[in-house]
Amino acid sequence: MSLTVGYLEQIIKDRLEAALVQVQDMSGGCGQAFAVIIVSDVFKGKNKLMRHRIVNKALEQEIAAIHAFTQKGFTVEEWEKQKNDYQ
Amino acid sequence: MFRTTVNRIPLRSTFSQSILRPQTALRFLSSETKNAIESAVNSAKVVLFMKGTPQQPQCGFSRATIQMLGQQGVDPEKFAAYNVLEDQELREGIKEYSQWPTIPQLYVDKEFVGGCDIVMSMAQSGELTELLEKHDALIPEEPYDEAEPEKAADAEVKPRSRD
Repeated sequence: MSLTVGYLEQIIKDRLEAALVQVQDMSGGCGQAFAVIIVSDVFKGKNKLMRHRIVNKALEQEIAAIHAFTQKGFTVEEWEKQKNDYQ
Repeated sequence: MFRTTVNRIPLRSTFSQSILRPQTALRFLSSETKNAIESAVNSAKVVLFMKGTPQQPQCGFSRATIQMLGQQGVDPEKFAAYNVLEDQELREGIKEYSQWPTIPQLYVDKEFVGGCDIVMSMAQSGELTELLEKHDALIPEEPYDEAEPEKAADAEVKPRSRD
């Protein structure tokens, strides 16, 4: 299975009620490696491990099919404070 | 079944090469696999399941993670690494066991810590050092400054002993 940036963005938005999603294809085009930033209030009150688990669960099939997946999750409030570091 | 002897940093991974197995993901962990993984997790204070070996990581994420552990000063005596590429059963089994889809995976004192992303952000925030210190997993600091305080202590004791 090969994923596209657009498809991944869409399913993350849908499944994680994300206010903002940034997906970067790190694979050089083969669709096997992605780095994502997810801004969603489903992360409120959750530590890093719990946030990753939420994303891993929501994207279980997709992550299992690709080679590399790196993620950062923020709440809307955290993102407002930190977004300049990521742009 | 893979062996569960401890593999410390300079050595090779401890999970022996096993016969090729079909690449289907294990839906449920067999109790044998689960026991083998449990003893791997228990084999050292700091346990890393990785692709390749600490000397020769086979993936950038495993490389980055091992480098961070090195920078933190993890005591090699308290560290074990397992190469999931040497054993398909371990590779699939550890994902089930940790409920975590990617490799590397770090355990400290039998607790799952996370993968490369989490280890990296914990390293940046200082949480990783804190965690490793709390579990006494770091190389003890060289006692550079202790010579002088000891002399001072001696000096205090000696005059008293004369009376």
